[in-house]
Amino acid sequence: MVAAVKQPGWIRGALGAAAFAALGFGLVVALRAISDLPIFQTEQTGYPHIVVPLILAPLGFLAGFGCFDYWLRWAVGAPTIPDDHSQHGAKTWKDYFRFNTDHKVIGIQYIVTTFIFFFLGGLMAMLIRAELAQPGTQIVDAATFNSLFSTHAVLMIFLFVIPVFAGIANYVLPLMIGAPDMAFPRLNALSFWMLPLAGLLFIGSFLAPGGAFDAGWTGYAPLSTGAPLGQTFFNLGVQFAGASSIATALNFLVTIITMRAPGMTFWRMPLLVWANLSTSLLVVAATPFIAGVQFMVLFDRVLHTNFFQFAAGGDVISYQHIFWFYSHPAVYIMMLPGFGIISEVISIHSRKPIFGYRLMALALIGIVVLSYSVWAHHMFVAGMFSWLRVPMMITTLLIAVPTGIKIFSWLGTLYFGKIHTYSTAMLFALAFIVTFTVGGISGVMLGMVPLDIHVSDTYFIVAHIHFVLFGGSVFTIFAGIYHWFPKMTGRMYDERLGRVHFWGTVVGTWGTFIPMHWVGMDGMPRRVADYATQFGEWNLLISVFAFILGAVQLVFVYNMVVSWRYGPRAEANPWRGNSIEWRVSSPPPIFNFDEIPRVVGGPYEYGVPGAKHAIMAGEGAEVPETEPSVVGSS
Amino acid sequence: MYGRLPIVKMLAATVALTAVTSAVMLPIRWNGQGASTAAPKIDTLLSVMIVLSALVFSLVVVMLAYALWKFKAKPGDESDGEPIHGNTRLEVAWTLIPTIIVLFAAGYSWAVLDEIEEPADNPLTVDVFAQQFAWSFGYPGKDLAWSEGELHVPVNRQVEFKMHSLDVIHSFWVPEWRIKKDGVPGITTTATVTPDKVGTYQLICTELCGFGHAAMRAKVVVESPQDFRKWVAGLEQQIPDDYLEVIEQDTETDPVPVGAGGA
Repeated sequence: MVAAVKQPGWIRGALGAAAFAALGFGLVVALRAISDLPIFQTEQTGYPHIVVPLILAPLGFLAGFGCFDYWLRWAVGAPTIPDDHSQHGAKTWKDYFRFNTDHKVIGIQYIVTTFIFFFLGGLMAMLIRAELAQPGTQIVDAATFNSLFSTHAVLMIFLFVIPVFAGIANYVLPLMIGAPDMAFPRLNALSFWMLPLAGLLFIGSFLAPGGAFDAGWTGYAPLSTGAPLGQTFFNLGVQFAGASSIATALNFLVTIITMRAPGMTFWRMPLLVWANLSTSLLVVAATPFIAGVQFMVLFDRVLHTNFFQFAAGGDVISYQHIFWFYSHPAVYIMMLPGFGIISEVISIHSRKPIFGYRLMALALIGIVVLSYSVWAHHMFVAGMFSWLRVPMMITTLLIAVPTGIKIFSWLGTLYFGKIHTYSTAMLFALAFIVTFTVGGISGVMLGMVPLDIHVSDTYFIVAHIHFVLFGGSVFTIFAGIYHWFPKMTGRMYDERLGRVHFWGTVVGTWGTFIPMHWVGMDGMPRRVADYATQFGEWNLLISVFAFILGAVQLVFVYNMVVSWRYGPRAEANPWRGNSIEWRVSSPPPIFNFDEIPRVVGGPYEYGVPGAKHAIMAGEGAEVPETEPSVVGSS
Repeated sequence: MYGRLPIVKMLAATVALTAVTSAVMLPIRWNGQGASTAAPKIDTLLSVMIVLSALVFSLVVVMLAYALWKFKAKPGDESDGEPIHGNTRLEVAWTLIPTIIVLFAAGYSWAVLDEIEEPADNPLTVDVFAQQFAWSFGYPGKDLAWSEGELHVPVNRQVEFKMHSLDVIHSFWVPEWRIKKDGVPGITTTATVTPDKVGTYQLICTELCGFGHAAMRAKVVVESPQDFRKWVAGLEQQIPDDYLEVIEQDTETDPVPVGAGGA
């Protein structure tokens, strides 16, 4: 028992959480007692005796779990424990439940965790669609409905789409660039373990007095500053998810810039690496804005500051400016890694080099730059200074150009290739091109001020975001999961079930989200539990397709779980890919490479006679002197 | 090398698909009935965008369909495709042409925006008060007349709505007018509309404002100037004092009431 308390792990983590929570509680009680204030302040937005423990308990858990052990010893000058790699790699399933510094283990931890939240968020979507199947309120009351769609969006955005890309890249990217691990493995592990804590805070808000946060994922002030306690859970959850995101992005940036194998110049990087480089540039600079603005809301709520309290001189609209200064780039944070996945999948399965590789990379950078200059297109009707609308409209429409370049270049890649459609990953990639085009088109329409004025805050918006986030991002996520499943698990998945999942998802996506455009334009506002009876039939149809879409995801889970356990063994390179991750075994060895590979050409040289991307250890005499790998050499 | 592609046939297929899509989509009144001078302008803009969008969508679908039909690998074919890395002229084309299209869309939108917000002579000013979860309307020129839950405006006269919120953000939307604007606590926002069809419509709150958001609606009546004058004259309530205070506290307020009920 004593040993268990001393060892980093779940027991010490739970004790840490409890101790820190008690510390926070005691601190609040003591300070309020000294200050002659009522000990328990339970007006709607207050509850300091809950808020402070809520901030400290996750930190206590992380400390107890072992996330800071090495750094703390080093910081206080104590002897650090020499790394014996006991925290690296996974021998049994139990190793996935520990603080683990192996990027491959962390990648799997990310992906499995985020998919759990995907299904929780999906379940909420099913409840929402059940409620909306008929006009009137049948299943949940209006307040619960608001909590449901708010939590649905928050889980899908902060706990699924953004981090699942970090998970896929965590696994694949170091292999692709020929690195033994990420640049900062301990930071990488910390980034992951902050994520489930954020998820627990979001879901835990259902237990708060007044119910879960219900001001939408956008949390506009002053609705959010005056909302019940659940909103504080949102403010805090965003901090943990955001910190996780920022730390991972820094890790990716340093890894990509400094740890590429010899010979891998920027113009020899696979586009997935380019995509994650671009995404990370967005995350490190933009995410602090949402963290900051949620702190401001938290301070308004708990400390009674006046950032957004109009009656005390606060500025209501500035919330939206700061929020969207993050949340528009966030749209690309949720899309660029997917662009990278699609490039990999399409090139491999059409057996052809990417068409216009350099322009594809430059288009990513163009999107990064432009995406910082379009935020106020979310605010055309918000009552902001009206002169900002036209410049923001122009930049918003211009961002369609680099996006269009990517679409046309993927199509160009297919031409004169040998297209194989046996892989479910390729099916999702091809369908993505069409669905994402639809989402892009509605995006251009929304960028045009006069059209936006009419459809802003209607179901047209709901249709658009789901076409780009589900028909866009989630399709690319499925493509990526199917594509690298053999590499990650060492097993093949069932293509027949994959096809069922694919067709069900395509039909479900179009059937659910296309009619939403129509009801929105015709007058149905978003975020309503009840609506005019004239929209009843369309909504019933939408709900039916939504249930199909939900049900068919169970096929995906079955396929993944059963194939992981019982699927036929995967060879190293089932898709005949060129990039380095396909040149190591499936799953890869614990430190990835015995010797760091040497990169001698581009990543997509399919059909080029004699072309090679990388020379692996033991291949020919031209292999250079081995450089000892940092992690493997201690 | 590209001579091998039936470019003309592909373009013809794209045009045909665009034509069919447009022919199906254009007759539908997507935005519902229009009842303001802005509505036909916005609807025309939408129609132009439908044709342009149909063109882009058709191009993508035709390109994808042809590639899948022509370049699909035969079973057992393990060879690679042709090592084409790109084509500068094509890449320049699909950078420049979309740029021109979106700049045209931006310019056209800008022109429409200026038109629909063009101030007219002698507009009628109505104060709109939004609060959880009700609308009320003030007619300052007419002894501060006040109407709860029912908005009346005369037909064919520009109305300038001065929007005030008493608590959280709400949004003012009459779908038939194609006009929407948030009511923001602490500031006065303005929406301009010229209703041009007599009738009864619904005002819908489109900004999430709490549990009563879905039910936050008001009746909108567009009527002849004579009927409107009669209705305003019949209003018995006055704008409550605390509401007037909100107007005064708001920044960007135009404190001079403009006469209601015509000159």
